[in-house]
Amino acid sequence: MKYALLIYSKPGSHEALSEDEYKAVFGEYMTLADDPRCLGSGQLQPVETATTVRVQNGKMLTTDGPYADTKEVFGGYYLFDADNLDEAIELAGRIPAARLGGAIEVRPLAES
Amino acid sequence: MIGLLGDFDLAEEAAQEAFAVAAERWPEQGTPHNPVGWLVATARNRAIDRIRRRRTLADKTRLLDMPEATVDEFEDEVIGDERLELIFTCCHPAIAPEAQIALTLRTLGGLSTDEIARAFLVSEETMKRRLTRAKTKIRATGIPFTVPADHRLPDRLDAVLSVIYLVYNEGYSGRVDLAGEAIRLGGVLAGLMPDEPEVHGLLALMFIHHARHRARFAGSELVLLKDQDRSLWDMQGIASGRQELDRAIALRGQGPYVLQAAIASVQSEEEIDWSEVAQLYSRLAVITGSPIVELNRAVAIAEAGSPREALEIVDRLDLDNYQYVHSTRAELLKRLGRREEARAAYERALELAASEPERRFLQRRIVEP
Repeated sequence: MKYALLIYSKPGSHEALSEDEYKAVFGEYMTLADDPRCLGSGQLQPVETATTVRVQNGKMLTTDGPYADTKEVFGGYYLFDADNLDEAIELAGRIPAARLGGAIEVRPLAES
Repeated sequence: MIGLLGDFDLAEEAAQEAFAVAAERWPEQGTPHNPVGWLVATARNRAIDRIRRRRTLADKTRLLDMPEATVDEFEDEVIGDERLELIFTCCHPAIAPEAQIALTLRTLGGLSTDEIARAFLVSEETMKRRLTRAKTKIRATGIPFTVPADHRLPDRLDAVLSVIYLVYNEGYSGRVDLAGEAIRLGGVLAGLMPDEPEVHGLLALMFIHHARHRARFAGSELVLLKDQDRSLWDMQGIASGRQELDRAIALRGQGPYVLQAAIASVQSEEEIDWSEVAQLYSRLAVITGSPIVELNRAVAIAEAGSPREALEIVDRLDLDNYQYVHSTRAELLKRLGRREEARAAYERALELAASEPERRFLQRRIVEP
C-alpha cells in the first residue's frame, strides 16, 4: 500500500540546531529518501513563500500566505510503499521533524 | 473469521449465516462433533460464496484459490489464538478512542450495536456510524491484523489495557453489564498473554473492585469504604482478584495496574494496613506523576495516624479546581480541630461538587461533629 507522510514542522526548529546537529538531521532525511521503499519525496521552501489561490464565481483570488494559519507548517513529504499502517507509522516516527516539535500526518493514497 | 477474511463486515455476515444454518440443521441432524469448527468452516464457505457472487474484475481475491474448508482444519486452539490479533487491531491507536471501545465490544464482547449504544447513551444510528467509520479506517489505511512487534508491544498493550479498563469504568453508568464484560475480556487477554504482569494486574483490580460494588451504594447514597457492609462483598471475587495479583507479582510486575490492584487488595483486608497503602501509593505516584495519586497517598497517611503530615502533602498540590482536594483538606482540618478552616474547605468542595449524592454527603459532613 502507498502512504504519503506529510511533514508539518515547527517553524525555526531545524534552523535552531547547531551545525553538527543539523548535519546529522539532514543525514536522517537523506537515509529515508534512499530507503528502497521510498517512491518520492520533496522539501518545500519556507512558508513565507506561500501563495494561496481560490476561484470564486469564475474570479481568481490570489492571496499571500499559506492556506491554513497553523502553528506547525506543511514543509515536505515522503511517499512510501509499505506493507501496512504500522510500517508507515514506524517510518513516520523516524522523520526528525516529529521529535523537533512538529508532527507527521500519515495518509494512504487512493488506489487507482 | 475476521483474521481469515481480513474484512469485519464480511466476517460478520458470514458468521450470521452459519448460525442460521446451524439453527436449522442441528436440531434435525444432531450437533456436530466439533461445533465451533463446524461453524467456522461453514461461515468461511459462505463467505467465499458471497465473494464469488459479487465478483467483479477488480475482485480477484486470493480467497478464490483456496480449497473448500473442512471442519478438521479449525481446531479450537487456532481460533483462540486469533483473538489476540483481533484485540490489537480493535485497539489500534490510529482508531478514535471511543470507536476502539465500541469495536472491541462488538467483535470480542459480542454485544449488539444497540446494546453498545445504550451503554454509552448514544442513539443506535450514531453507534452504527461510529463502528462503520472505524471499520472503514481499518480497511482503507491498512491497519494490520497482527500482534505488534516486541519493541512496540509495551505501548500497544497499554492501549489495549486502557480500553478494557474504560469499558469496566463505563459499567457503572450504563444499563448494560459492561463491568462483567470487561472482566471477561481481561480474562481472555490473561489467557492469551499469560506472561504479562500488567494484564493480570488489571484483571485483579477489576475483580476486587467489582466484588465490592454492591456495598458502594446504599440506595442512591455513596458509602465510604470504611462504612461499607462487608457482608455484601463477593468474597469469591476478591479471592479471584488476589489469585491474579499473586500471579502478577510472581511475574515481577510493578506497573500501575499491579500497584492499584495491590492497594485494592490491602483495602479489602479485615484490618487495613494504611502505612502499606501509603507506601504503595507513593510507588504509584512515582510512576504516574499524578497529583490525584498524591492526594490518595495523603489520605492513606492520615488514616495511618499522621493527619498533620497528610495536610502538608495536600497543601502542596496544585489542584484548586478538584473537589476532592477540598473535601480531603476539610476532613483533615476537622481532625486537627481547626473547625473554621474545615468549614470553609467543605464549602469550597460543595461549590465544585457535581452530583446530588455527593452534595448531600458534604452537607452532612459540615454539620456532623
